[in-house]
Amino acid sequence: MSQAAFSQKGFTQQLKRYYGLYTGGFIAFIILLAIAEQMGLPRKYIGYTFLVATIGLYAMIGVMSRTVEVSEYYVAGRRVPAFFNGMATGADWMSAASFIGMAGTLYLSGFDGLAFVMGWTGGYVLVALFLAPYLRKFGQFTIPDFLGARYGGNAARSIGVFAAILCSFVYVVAQIYGVGLITSRFTGLEFGVGVFVGLGGILVCSFLGGMRAVTWTQVAQYIILIIAYLTPVIWLGLEHTGSPVPQVAYGQTLKKVTELEKKITADAKEQEVRKIFKDKADTANAALKDPAKAYADGKARLEQDLNNLKAANAPADQIEAAEKALAGYYKDADAAKAQWNKEKGLAARSAPPRPHSTPFPGKDEKARDTARLNFLGIVFCMMFGTAALPHILMRYYTTPSVREARRSVFWSLFFLLYFTAPCLAVLAKFEVYSSLVGSQFASLPAWAKAWASVDPGLLSIVDINKDGIVQLAEIVIGGDLIVLMTPEIAGLPYVVSGLVAAGGLAAALSTADGLLLTIANALSHDVYYKMIDPAASTSRRVTVSKILLLVVALIAAYVTSLKPGNILFLVGAAFSLAASSFFPALVLGVFWKRANRAGAVAGMTVGLGVCFYYMATTYPFLRDLLGVTKPIAEYLWFGMNPISAGVFGLPAGMLTIIVVSLLTPAPGKEIQELVEHVRYPNLAGDTVVSEAT
Amino acid sequence: MELSAKHQEYWRKNLVITAILMAIWFVATFVEGWYARELNDITFLGFPLGFYMSAQGSLIIYVVIIGIYARYMNKLDHEYGVQEGEDK
Repeated sequence: MSQAAFSQKGFTQQLKRYYGLYTGGFIAFIILLAIAEQMGLPRKYIGYTFLVATIGLYAMIGVMSRTVEVSEYYVAGRRVPAFFNGMATGADWMSAASFIGMAGTLYLSGFDGLAFVMGWTGGYVLVALFLAPYLRKFGQFTIPDFLGARYGGNAARSIGVFAAILCSFVYVVAQIYGVGLITSRFTGLEFGVGVFVGLGGILVCSFLGGMRAVTWTQVAQYIILIIAYLTPVIWLGLEHTGSPVPQVAYGQTLKKVTELEKKITADAKEQEVRKIFKDKADTANAALKDPAKAYADGKARLEQDLNNLKAANAPADQIEAAEKALAGYYKDADAAKAQWNKEKGLAARSAPPRPHSTPFPGKDEKARDTARLNFLGIVFCMMFGTAALPHILMRYYTTPSVREARRSVFWSLFFLLYFTAPCLAVLAKFEVYSSLVGSQFASLPAWAKAWASVDPGLLSIVDINKDGIVQLAEIVIGGDLIVLMTPEIAGLPYVVSGLVAAGGLAAALSTADGLLLTIANALSHDVYYKMIDPAASTSRRVTVSKILLLVVALIAAYVTSLKPGNILFLVGAAFSLAASSFFPALVLGVFWKRANRAGAVAGMTVGLGVCFYYMATTYPFLRDLLGVTKPIAEYLWFGMNPISAGVFGLPAGMLTIIVVSLLTPAPGKEIQELVEHVRYPNLAGDTVVSEAT
Repeated sequence: MELSAKHQEYWRKNLVITAILMAIWFVATFVEGWYARELNDITFLGFPLGFYMSAQGSLIIYVVIIGIYARYMNKLDHEYGVQEGEDK
């Protein structure tokens, strides 16, 4: 033990030295690239250099950490210090959606987007208080392991495996999608090629060294993504708030944004543009009441015009114009209907800007209360989902002790970048409202011109009322743009844009690594080793795990290449599903000795069932898939959005565990002792040995 | 095995601190969220308070809760003799 104690200390010192050098080296690399840019290195090559250098780096760490030992492969040898496990968890947690999308969501939905910020941070309180220390003491390899040992038999473990795979697979598809998107945008490679380049980067880590390689790569990825996120924000913040810590000082900027919102709402030109949208939407709505008739009427009117002109012997140019108008009319009734359906959506653009700092805006008291309920619903689901996602919980198996597991949750939360995202959203909004709105179409800011020409889905500015001046209502911004454009609006060189892309890539890769490992481990460890062949040798177990990892990765990449829609909803759904299935069984398993197998099996099934039922009846995509026809309103409970289905699933699951457990016999003495074993970091006279090596 | 009275007291203390911290968590999350509109009438550090809490204040409280729990429990382990061997 003393030998191990000594080496753990030395190991931590060594890690600090290595990662210190690594951080310095990375900053030097950026500075070199910046100098190369000044000397005329084309942008495309900067993108390539970042891609090749970072993926090559992750690959190198992967190769250096390769292993065939079971406990190294599954839990990194259980010697990851709290501080580094915190960074790894941060990278594991922050996905492409968090890195690129979070600030955008906050930009677009203002206060209401903060539900995700609160949910994704407050969840760590639950991890710290209810799960991390106890799971660490239990000390096996996967989350279904705990269910299997605590409740006995294969039923609870199987449901755990099913739920773990369900949540993680949905999530991993979204990550691979993000990888493909970032790679293709910054290097010009095709989306499909980008997916497979990224996949290579993911596999080389997890395949060779399992959790050990993934952990040390995630720490490296964390350092890149945090430098990438903070650099432009601090720069921009310095410019606007005069403080190097804009997270504290952006209150003044928020105040200015609120004033600009008022000005824009009252501005005559803005109102004019909004009125144009409203009229278009109204016309489309009227036409849609009877599209066939509206189409025929419209066509007849144009024909009538033409005939009238001809009959009156009007000048040739007028007749030509009328002929053109007729030829330009919708091809058929279906085309007209499609166009009207699109224009109906313009109603959204006829609304004045959403006040950024106002919670739960709505047209009346009832709408505002429903908005508030949904805000709290999302907070609830994101929190309990965070505390139940297997790829996160798994990380707390890797610390050397219970003590370090507790500290590690602290560092995990400390390292998340959610303190910064709301600040970035406000700074970006101020920039758009103050320097883009009101500028001349003839002389748009350079960054706006550049992005509008790259991808109109990210930024489109059209002079609707033809006054030559940009109105806010004429701008459409995609949420993903906010993080991507920040370096440019801050006037930083292109190398920082490359850095941001590298950060987004690191975020997506690290999360994908953790998720793939979770799925492969659930299959290889829980299904193959624990259920099918408990006599398998250790090297065989690791081999099976690696093969499964490869298979799962290829399936995930294939599903991603189909570009399934609704990815964002599905990611949100993963949280609700995880919260409903895992949380009650895990927490009651530690805190209530009386919880037994029948209760856990019933509770997890009911939790998942209720959650899925609510989504299936209220979410359009699933309703179509399953052929639900009755109106959504009949299925809604308290007006709750489908993404927050966990609000119903979790309590239902918890209640079921309690009721069924009480109706059936208490668990045996061994289980009671296992619970006691898990509750104390070190229990004198304890005979239970749960930790697997 | 039978748990000693000391062991049972350790677990009780754990439950008490967990309950207290959860109560703070609940207020910082759900009570704050419920009254966000009203809180916004107050200005704090130049922010409307409701916005500030959801964007930052509650997050800081979460970090502090976890920090307090880790410190308290790691100390409690020693007091009740249930600590692990040194790893540092």
